[in-house]
Amino acid sequence: MIPGFGLSMGVTLTMLSCLVLIPLASIFLCAGQLGIREFLKIVTGGQVVSGYVVSFSCAFFAAVVNAVFGMILAWVLTRYDFPGRSLMNGLIELPFALPTAVAGISLTYLYSDKGWIGALFDKVGIRIAYTRIGITIAMIFVGIPFVVRSVQPVLEKLDRQYEEAAMLLGAGRGYTFFRVILPELFPALLAGFGLAFARGIGEYGSVVFIAGNIPYETQIAPLLIMAKLEQYKYADATAIALVLLLLSFVLMFVINSAQIYMQKFSK
Amino acid sequence: MAKKKERTYEKDVIGDGIHSIRKVIEPPKEPSNHRMKYALIGMSALFLILMLVLPLIVVISNALRDGWNTYVGAILDEYTIKALKLTVAATLCAVVVNTIFGIFASYLLSKFYFRGRQLLATLIDIPFSISPVIAGLLFILTFGNVGWMGEFLKSNGIKIVFAVPGVILATIFVTLPFVFRELFPVMNSQGKDEEEAAALMGAGGFTIFRKITFPHIKWALMYGVILCTARAMGEFGAVSVISGHLRGKTITLPLHVEILYNEFHTTAAFAVSSLLVILAVLILIARNIVEWKRK
Repeated sequence: MIPGFGLSMGVTLTMLSCLVLIPLASIFLCAGQLGIREFLKIVTGGQVVSGYVVSFSCAFFAAVVNAVFGMILAWVLTRYDFPGRSLMNGLIELPFALPTAVAGISLTYLYSDKGWIGALFDKVGIRIAYTRIGITIAMIFVGIPFVVRSVQPVLEKLDRQYEEAAMLLGAGRGYTFFRVILPELFPALLAGFGLAFARGIGEYGSVVFIAGNIPYETQIAPLLIMAKLEQYKYADATAIALVLLLLSFVLMFVINSAQIYMQKFSK
Repeated sequence: MAKKKERTYEKDVIGDGIHSIRKVIEPPKEPSNHRMKYALIGMSALFLILMLVLPLIVVISNALRDGWNTYVGAILDEYTIKALKLTVAATLCAVVVNTIFGIFASYLLSKFYFRGRQLLATLIDIPFSISPVIAGLLFILTFGNVGWMGEFLKSNGIKIVFAVPGVILATIFVTLPFVFRELFPVMNSQGKDEEEAAALMGAGGFTIFRKITFPHIKWALMYGVILCTARAMGEFGAVSVISGHLRGKTITLPLHVEILYNEFHTTAAFAVSSLLVILAVLILIARNIVEWKRK
């Protein structure tokens, strides 16, 4: 029997309780004091609902874009050899290492109507900063490493013989990719998609600058919580936060279950 | 073009046996393959340049646009230095707590089997799925004036919310699972045979950890610490909620960037950002070195 069970159990549970579980319980405690009618009145208010809609729709589109480009990036990084490959590989984690506030002001500058990219789109009449497109771009920025790093290891381990067999049997390149390779990668892709989606919903730092905080237009849910806190409306902030928290738990649960179901189904 | 090629391929397989075996051993290189390859590489490069590289260039060019003296002035500003000190302190605390928690938790979950093991692993991951703003809110609801511990803390003269301890607690909360996440898969795949053998031969707990477990997890631990550092120094949402924005007291570097930006000191905001960009690039380099060493 290996020693240290009691010690490691004690340390883990104490630290986890003090740092995570007890603070987490507070939100349920506070929301419990609200009363169901008041709670519902807060979370069904027009501005609050539009905040959830903006957060979820932008995070969803960003996660879809990330799934496509993340897949391409993972493919290029594992399958092809070209100069600059390791530099490209090293850059993927940049959104992770770069503080979100820095990314936020920099993206805002870049995509505002006077910025390098924003000016180009402004000529065609498309505004990016201070619209939902801007929010989506910021969420793409923070989410891209999740998809690439989920798909990449699976793609590396994938046996090339299956593809070669499919091609020898007459399958085209596209057919081989969609019918042979993609089903193998799908659970990993879905996991990456889920992580990028969840990150987008909760993201605050990089989105707050580019969003512009226009009620009913570009106000994301975390920003609403922040605004309520600044007005010392703690009950409102708690209610909005609790719904957001439950929605993200449900989302993670659905994606996890789908992943487990697919892994069983494919075997 | 590609289709034609594949069709002849099929004929080979069905028609000429020996010919097809040669093809199996040596898959032919198709010219369309190259076109596809360069198109995909081009797309990836364009995506990375637009999304990741340009923002970095924007930061540096804007930081330096009013000349070198303004840049140095913004960085050596009293409040910038104070913010840097708080960021370093909070990051150090987060890394230390993370390392201790990560080692104990992954040792517990990988070497012992007990009821509720799966549940514990799920609970440890909670900070990952919580919005940083909500993380900050949790501490206000616990330790703030409205919180259930608020009265107790007030009568004892302890200030957590809108003070340095709150900033540190929030940073620890959002980074807590990082080291665990890196250590657990490594320890789990290593199994527990070696530790059991050592225990049978009479080694103590600490000796087992130092001589057997630790050499396996050395690089994974480094990796986790690097990720934790990156997240801790850049944390914005959670810290923003709990810091109260008291200049020179509870302001970290990312918050300092926000304040400067909102007060329209754009050049100064980008100058302070450039400090964080340099730190981020250093972290990326360290990450790549550790990953290379692990292999």
